Amino acid sequence: MVTWLKPVTFVACLLPFAQLLYRAYTNELGANPIETITRFTGSWSLFILLASLAVTPLRRITGWNDLIRLRRMVGLFAFFYATLHFSTYMVLDLYFDFAAIAKDILKRPYITVGFSALILMIPLAVTSTAGMIRRLGKRWQQLHSLVYLIAILGVVHFYWLVKSDITRPAQYGMVLAGLLGYRLYHKWSAAPSRRANRGGAEQESSNLANARRGEKLASRK
Amino acid sequence: MLIKKPDDLKAAEITSKEMYVNRRQFIASALGTGAAFAGFDLADVAQAHALEKLPNVKKGPAAYNTSEKLNSLKDITSYNNFYELGVDKGDPAANAKYLTTKPWSIAVEGEVKKAKTFAIEDIMKLAPLEERIYRLRCVEAWSMVIPWIGFPLSALIKQVEPTNNAKFIQFVTLVDPKRLPGQKPSLFGNSIDWPYVEGLRMDEATHPLTLLTVGLYGEVLPAQNGAPLRLVVPWKYGFKSIKSIVKVRFVEQQPATSWNKMQPQEYGFYSNVNPAVDHPRWTQATERRIGEFLRRDTLPFNGYGEQVASLYKGMDLKKFY
Repeated sequence: MVTWLKPVTFVACLLPFAQLLYRAYTNELGANPIETITRFTGSWSLFILLASLAVTPLRRITGWNDLIRLRRMVGLFAFFYATLHFSTYMVLDLYFDFAAIAKDILKRPYITVGFSALILMIPLAVTSTAGMIRRLGKRWQQLHSLVYLIAILGVVHFYWLVKSDITRPAQYGMVLAGLLGYRLYHKWSAAPSRRANRGGAEQESSNLANARRGEKLASRK
Repeated sequence: MLIKKPDDLKAAEITSKEMYVNRRQFIASALGTGAAFAGFDLADVAQAHALEKLPNVKKGPAAYNTSEKLNSLKDITSYNNFYELGVDKGDPAANAKYLTTKPWSIAVEGEVKKAKTFAIEDIMKLAPLEERIYRLRCVEAWSMVIPWIGFPLSALIKQVEPTNNAKFIQFVTLVDPKRLPGQKPSLFGNSIDWPYVEGLRMDEATHPLTLLTVGLYGEVLPAQNGAPLRLVVPWKYGFKSIKSIVKVRFVEQQPATSWNKMQPQEYGFYSNVNPAVDHPRWTQATERRIGEFLRRDTLPFNGYGEQVASLYKGMDLKKFY
């Protein structure tokens, strides 16, 4: 694996956060800083989540298999920004008014779906370690297919909160539809050969486990 | 050679007002363009300097002016909802340069005895200009305190002598995608049917708090705040206070209003500020005053209940939201 790929991705994923800190420090978050932070972290969470879903199609199309090793990190960054997003809402916006937060989550559909997406991300983040991948085996792949639901909930969350101009949620929606559509197409077109190699999902997770083992060996050296 | 003494020259002979305003707008947009290449956006700074001071502005009646801390001119002119100039809060300031406001006329028509089209310059002479410091409560649950300049809408209403059939007034914003680029058709179609329209019941329109507004902070209105003429109805959510008005129509039936047409279950015709009636997607019980950290409680009628609650006696405000 090219050595620079991971650190570069790590820094790239941190850039938005750095930009946010810089804008806060220079007092450039606008008239309503809390709203700015909420939108910023929410948008980046969704963007990075979609980026994590783009890893597999990109890997298949380019044949650059190293890309798969970025997927976990990118996914965890989506969780990082989603956590910042929710914390901004809980701490800065509603200032620990848990009654109001509970009411929002139960009563307001866009918050219900957004909160559900965040909650569903927790088990994925927790089981993202190499040990967990090994331990869960086949079930790991099943569990992590929740990411499709999470992405759909994320886009719906964005779509439902917009007042009138749906351009941006629609853009995210189209990208997501493309990414999901690619998977369906791939699954459908690869079905016969897949049966021959005992299921692609399994294949993928064992690829991943092999990759991880390889990495460990490499780091031991 | 004839050399004129300074007092032979009237200020107006040197440069007409239109000329210098246009020149300033040109400089502002030229600066903006140059700055954009350099990676800065000076347009709003330049624009702010291009605004004329309004002369002879009196303080409005003390009972109508809040003594709360004013929001800064920067906050008021950089955080705007004016979808005709873009849907993000910063878009209207960035696109303000497109909205030229000279010449500008306002057609006043419908159920009136003396329908008339006014030039903006004549509107400004209809009544003495007053400074009114009002709270503005946006339906999105943020608020500001703004020193508007204008005069009661009733002064304009008197001019045209409404007939007995005039029960409501409809207000219409300019349609011109060149000057209001947000009106250009977008990929997903416009969810708002231009022109933006708003309306008031006659008793709301003639209420002394209802302000026909031409300026803020001592100067003419910046484009992003609805230049050159807007309405300010301080006890209603901000979207009722329509911007850049070109038509005022007196009608018998309750007129259509833009947000109500789009999402009737979320935005009513009345849209009085009411902490007891939530927006379906967020609470209206509290608000964030721009510049403050903690939310504050929203007051019924945005704190103007003493003056306006009587207009709605006997009405179920949960039904007529």
